[in-house]
Amino acid sequence: MNVEELLEGKQICICAGSGGVGKTTTSAAIAMGMAARGLKVAVLTIDPARRLANSLGLPELGNEERLIDPERFAAHGIEMRGELWAMMLDAKRTFDDLVERHAPDEETRDRILQNRIYQEISNAMAGSQEYMAMEKLYELHQEARYDLLVLDTPPTRHALDFIDAPERMTRFVEGRSLQFFLKPGRLGMRVVGRSGGMLFSVLKRVTGIDLLQDLSEFFQSFGDMAQGFSERAQRVKELLGRRETTFMLVTAPERDAIDEGVFFWRRLKEARLPFGGVVVNKVHRDFTAEIGAEFVPDAVSPPLDGLPADLRGLLGDDDLAARVYANFERYQALAARDRENMAHLTERLEGDCVVCVPYFDEDVHDISGLAQVNAYLFGSAAERREMFAGV
Amino acid sequence: MPNPLDKRLLFVTGKGGVGKSTVAAALGVVATRQGKRTIICEVAQQERMSSVFHTQGVGYHETEIAPGLFAFSIDPQRALEEYLLMQIKIKPLYELMFKNRIFTYFAAATPGLRELVTIGKVWELAQLDRRVKRGAKYDLVIVDAPATGHGIGFLRTPKTFGDIARVGPVKRQADAIYKFITDPALTSVCAVAWPEEMPVNETLDLRRSLREELGLDLDEIFMNGLYPELFGADEAAEMREVLEREQAANGEGSPLARAALRAALSEHRRATAQQEQLGRLRSESGEQVVALPFLFRPRLDMDAVGELADAIEAGL
Repeated sequence: MNVEELLEGKQICICAGSGGVGKTTTSAAIAMGMAARGLKVAVLTIDPARRLANSLGLPELGNEERLIDPERFAAHGIEMRGELWAMMLDAKRTFDDLVERHAPDEETRDRILQNRIYQEISNAMAGSQEYMAMEKLYELHQEARYDLLVLDTPPTRHALDFIDAPERMTRFVEGRSLQFFLKPGRLGMRVVGRSGGMLFSVLKRVTGIDLLQDLSEFFQSFGDMAQGFSERAQRVKELLGRRETTFMLVTAPERDAIDEGVFFWRRLKEARLPFGGVVVNKVHRDFTAEIGAEFVPDAVSPPLDGLPADLRGLLGDDDLAARVYANFERYQALAARDRENMAHLTERLEGDCVVCVPYFDEDVHDISGLAQVNAYLFGSAAERREMFAGV
Repeated sequence: MPNPLDKRLLFVTGKGGVGKSTVAAALGVVATRQGKRTIICEVAQQERMSSVFHTQGVGYHETEIAPGLFAFSIDPQRALEEYLLMQIKIKPLYELMFKNRIFTYFAAATPGLRELVTIGKVWELAQLDRRVKRGAKYDLVIVDAPATGHGIGFLRTPKTFGDIARVGPVKRQADAIYKFITDPALTSVCAVAWPEEMPVNETLDLRRSLREELGLDLDEIFMNGLYPELFGADEAAEMREVLEREQAANGEGSPLARAALRAALSEHRRATAQQEQLGRLRSESGEQVVALPFLFRPRLDMDAVGELADAIEAGL
């Protein structure tokens, strides 16, 4: 399998994974590869590496998609048969737009946008970035201007934080329950119900009246839009489960990351969300080339018995030969570890859905780097195997 | 440069995947070696410390994971309950509150409340006069803070709440916490970086926003994951030559030796690229950067943490 086959018939590809596994690069590479194959693709990213953005000719990405100049790809020998568009998500702007869209009138809109609590949370609330990313995805999907949308999800510690975002958003706006017992009135606050009264006095003691008042005002204004918000969150959630959507897990070959990947896959299945495949980045290559058919568990590294002598003979420098040997041992140990972890992953997932990308010697931060990644993402299993052998 | 381990509270922050938890654990080991009673706090319920130190479920207990070294995983819900109990003091009233559905909504919905009680708990652990009954004092509290983007928000929470709540107990608490974490004599913020383009940029961004938004300076930057510089440029050139000659000799010679040479050249390229990033971080941050080695180990266990702790001791 390769990424093109995994994305067959899909309109939305959500790249999920924990921080630091190369999600942004993978998203950009997938989008570029699919665009090169003739699709009109938009990639929604959070925070591209400056050099990557520069290389794409996008010194400042905005909250709107921009077409990447096809000349740039030609310069790297890539034939771009489709179009690649890119945008950088601005969670705060998206949140503001959403408030604007749902506010019943200008007064409510301004009251929310100017509320101090809103200003603090629209950027920082846990999950707001994740939700806003989905929101933007939903909006673009509705407009139906692209064949494929690739979403680079915000960096979270857990890949799972992302799929829970609509739930959390709904819970958040349902804080409207508060307005039932905290209604700002002329005399400060009117409190509803007996236990509400007791509760209120306790809360007041803890938080101070000011904070309560601001919160209550916030939920009050927000309450007018909660219905619209919740409904929209529901539709966004539905979009994630549709047949044209797929989740691509991006991970690293370390055991923690692999375990999290397996866990993520199970959770997707439980939530009946569509799983596309796994991209494992930064896999240490085995220079003895026996890396096998996408990591056969029983592959064994060859014994290194005669090697020290061979190296001494070739290099004519005992000290250098010893260092080369020691380094090789460590490299092989890492390759063996990765092979074991990959086998563990492949055994647990159903079907042939794992694509490995090696740990390149240099950072991927420009179009030719993406092309290098794509040779693996879009190559056949046999081609990948050959490239991993690294001759 | 004052030693960050001499402060009472130490935040370890950095981009995801740079080994922040491992560095936090290693700092804990170094502090313990210096005779400090130390506790490492996890805030995202990752339970990383349990796996590093081979202990079962650290959880919301001050668990001794090695002599003099404790770990603690902050569950915001528990921290909130603990805080309210301390504030309200009357158990039935407090129980009434927690049984109330509306209160549950309030707690879940109030933006930033989870972060506030979490950082509040961190602050409480760092007090010499602990608020918690029978709480023993620690010489040092190390926080495995959220990844950078969220990390700044996390550190800013007390200020945000202090500003929003103009008067009242929350205001007083938030201000006290803010004062503590912005006092360079008491609190230190360190960053963990990784020798690649993006993590270095993020570390520089973190340094800038800390200064602009909180007036804080990074005490120390740890550049983690550095490959050793095993080969000089001349040696690399020589190995390249030998490899080309061997490859030209169609199938003759030792395939293993060729593989070893390719691995050596890869090591040389990686180490060189990493040194460039280290140089960039040093010159652009103007801070002291402690270089930490890549751990060629199958698993990040206690031995790995020990190796990192040795490197930190040598570098601090």
